[in-house]
Amino acid sequence: MPKDSGIGASSKRREDVRFLTGAGNYTDDINVHGQAYVHFLRSDVAHGRIVSIDTSDAAAMPGVVRIFTGDDFAGVGGLPCGWQVTDRFGQPMQEPAHPVLAQGKVRHVGDPIAAVVADSPEQARDAAEAIAVEIEELPAVVDMKAALSADAPKVHDDLTSNLCYDWGFVEENKDAVAAAFEKAAHVTTLELVNQRLVANPMEPRVAVGDYSRATDESTLYTTSQNPHVIRLLMGAFVLGIPEHKLRVVAPDVGGGFGTKIFHYAEEAFCTFAARQLARAVKWTSSRSEAFMSDAHGRDHVTKIELALDADNNFTALRTETYANMGAYLSTFAPSVPTWLHGTLMAGNYKTPLIYVNVKAVFTNTVPVDAYRGAGRPEATYQLERVIDKAARELGVDPIALRRQNFITQFPYATPVAVEYDTGDYHATMDKLEEIADLAGFEARLAESKARGKLRGLGVNCYIEACGIAPSNLVGQLGARAGLYESATVRVNATGSISVMTGSHSHGQGHETAFPQVVADMLGIDESMVEIVHGDTARTPMGMGTYGSRSLAVGGSAMVKATNKIIAKAKKIAAHLLEASEADIELKDGQFSVAGTDKSVAWGDVTLAAYVPHNYPLEDMEPGLEETAFYDPSNFTYPSGAYACEVEVDPDTGRVTVERFAAADDFGNIVNPMIVSGQVHGGLAQGIGQALLEGAAYDENGQLLTGSYMDYAMPRASDLPFYTVDHSCSTPCTHNPLGVKGCGEAGAIGSPPAVVNAVVDALRRQGHDITHIDMPLSPSRVWAAMQGE
Amino acid sequence: MTEIQMTVNGKAVRGTVEGRTLLVNFLREDLRLTGTHVGCDTSQCGACTVHVNGVSVKACTMLAADADGADVRTIEGMAAADGTLSALQQAFQDHHGLQCGFCTPGMVMTAAALLKENPKPTEAEVRHYLEGNICRCTGYHNIVKAILAASGQDVSAIAAE
Repeated sequence: MPKDSGIGASSKRREDVRFLTGAGNYTDDINVHGQAYVHFLRSDVAHGRIVSIDTSDAAAMPGVVRIFTGDDFAGVGGLPCGWQVTDRFGQPMQEPAHPVLAQGKVRHVGDPIAAVVADSPEQARDAAEAIAVEIEELPAVVDMKAALSADAPKVHDDLTSNLCYDWGFVEENKDAVAAAFEKAAHVTTLELVNQRLVANPMEPRVAVGDYSRATDESTLYTTSQNPHVIRLLMGAFVLGIPEHKLRVVAPDVGGGFGTKIFHYAEEAFCTFAARQLARAVKWTSSRSEAFMSDAHGRDHVTKIELALDADNNFTALRTETYANMGAYLSTFAPSVPTWLHGTLMAGNYKTPLIYVNVKAVFTNTVPVDAYRGAGRPEATYQLERVIDKAARELGVDPIALRRQNFITQFPYATPVAVEYDTGDYHATMDKLEEIADLAGFEARLAESKARGKLRGLGVNCYIEACGIAPSNLVGQLGARAGLYESATVRVNATGSISVMTGSHSHGQGHETAFPQVVADMLGIDESMVEIVHGDTARTPMGMGTYGSRSLAVGGSAMVKATNKIIAKAKKIAAHLLEASEADIELKDGQFSVAGTDKSVAWGDVTLAAYVPHNYPLEDMEPGLEETAFYDPSNFTYPSGAYACEVEVDPDTGRVTVERFAAADDFGNIVNPMIVSGQVHGGLAQGIGQALLEGAAYDENGQLLTGSYMDYAMPRASDLPFYTVDHSCSTPCTHNPLGVKGCGEAGAIGSPPAVVNAVVDALRRQGHDITHIDMPLSPSRVWAAMQGE
Repeated sequence: MTEIQMTVNGKAVRGTVEGRTLLVNFLREDLRLTGTHVGCDTSQCGACTVHVNGVSVKACTMLAADADGADVRTIEGMAAADGTLSALQQAFQDHHGLQCGFCTPGMVMTAAALLKENPKPTEAEVRHYLEGNICRCTGYHNIVKAILAASGQDVSAIAAE
């Protein structure tokens, strides 16, 4: 019987009403009285030396307030990188400066050169076109391996090369892994590309900087997943504004998918310019601008090798990956191909020896950073593709090969530094076989064949690590931030509750799901609990929302704070009931004395806390408000098994996804409706990567996919209804809710299922194909069928 | 500058616009009807979809001056005067057809136009009709389901949750 409220209920989302009536409050909906508008003049070449910038004509144009160039930021810090990776020789990565506006050189198409502030957006744009910039174009590096050759042009003149770092993990295992390969009965090798993607939240980025001369206070309204992180990075490292004079507000945010985690130049610019001009400054990105200024995702080139013994047990795994950093280090870029990727290479399997090598490379392209899944999709894709290939080479069933190698004992310490607390991979595979109706595949195959279509089935598993933590460990790994979360539970006098959380909701439904937890704990109605987020002036310091961390980390902080509230409220109730605190029970919003009919209601206790006439003032402070910070002791490890069935048109190479099933283990579930929605969205992004999407550069560093005319976003007609199930549950053992995280699973688990399915379809038709790189566009599939 | 007047959500409005002012900018900036969103600059995403004289139009591809004299409806005009959601809006909430909400106004306006033309569309017809509206959050599953439900069709068999 489904619950109708509290933890486990599919409560309808309260935020929907404002979004469905046009009453949302997105950053571009915010205008500050008297604001000016900025337009950024961006580089149209990938690499060049700035010879001169003549702004005199532009400055004389109507409405122009001021024009800024890199020189105006000479006394200002550059954009900081939040993660320092140590290479396999013990040396820190190469970390170039990242100026707010280009200084001396431009390093990618879209690099901002100048900023025109004017009375209207049109005037700013018109004036930007009148700036005369002379750039001496330099040869660009786009291909990662070419960028590492000795004679390659250097993206950053002050670095020794274009190599950011050469990382080995676990370096001490390298020789043992090599020895295991020497002894292997079978080795499967696969070279593949995890192509560059653009996150493309539907809301483009926006920043509004405001400044009060009265209080010397700056306010930044911005499209961010983590306003406190932006305040810290921008205030402390870029502009030198102390936190108490800087407020960052991220109101309704129209999707993030990682690309709104990072601190961007435009945010720093608007805040800086508003202080300089004592006037608010607004920037609204166009979609075309977004393509060349939002951090991109993925872009790995990998060789993976899997060693097996004579009984088909995995004995060792070795990978070599080239990871594109782009022209500068975006906020968390170095962590993605390393700690968010290498640590997941065990997957669901008990491979005893693993060695991961990653070379991170600077190129004249837009910076690359976390995009939904961030490192984990790349790990999953390699592993699940190479296992499929191994099964074919060995002539064994790919599901059986996976099952044979599953980890079955928990907790399980992987050879790549992490310990899985719980999981049941056979259970999710069993569930998948049921919901995907794998038994019915042969009949569907025959039916497709009768229509002249090739049909294929692809299955894979995935494991994810959510809620990256604990802070002291990630500090040792190079993080320059803590990874706790915070919550303040403020009970108001009449019993309603405001929960201030450091997490941020930009589609995940926190405003609905978080109250379900608090209301359930207190036994009160969900409507009495309101979530406050997205404003550094109203929420305690918190790290925001990414990495599927909000419920596992932010929810845990909320539970901790609510438990403090319950403890204090019980003391107040004991006083009111003239009973011992130990005898007080809280149920359905009533405090009662065990074994008696004496009780007081929630509202009586909360009123007593704020109108403390009958109150133990000598023992306890009035009020009912508690804050908690929660720093997890480990990651959480959701897992699952996915199945995709495709049809391929043999005449055109066009692939259609006919069926997609996902069986996930997310531990305990607070709102099943929201969880399913998160999986659906992740699947669409993963299927989009597999079949449609890809950012392309030409050899000169020109971005060929600069708009929705060229970058294939998945549409409704590209996708099927999905079958998703999350009834398999092995609750997390180390957070109070037993939750794991569901935001990225779909995007992590789905690309290999699609590619496995297409390869399967082609092989069934007799094509000797082992791999096609994503996106599996009709032309690529058709070429593969022609043996090209 | 051009003087224009039109009816927006049943109310007569007037304004003075540059020749290059787009309808979406007039709605958002002059009338402060910020429910109509701008998600791209190539007429692909559909977040700016409104109805002009009963026909769905991407407000980023129409000049405000060209809407002079027109009857325009935006997302702000879709619920009843007392705030009660229309059946279509309610179906989006009931079936979790939105997440971040940014594409939602355009989705609702496009879906309303579809159901006017084709009151009982098939799944394939819904998906085809949404060709000009991009959503990055939902994977479309619950949007398609919500539209089918709003058309009065039984969606219980489609897919759990």
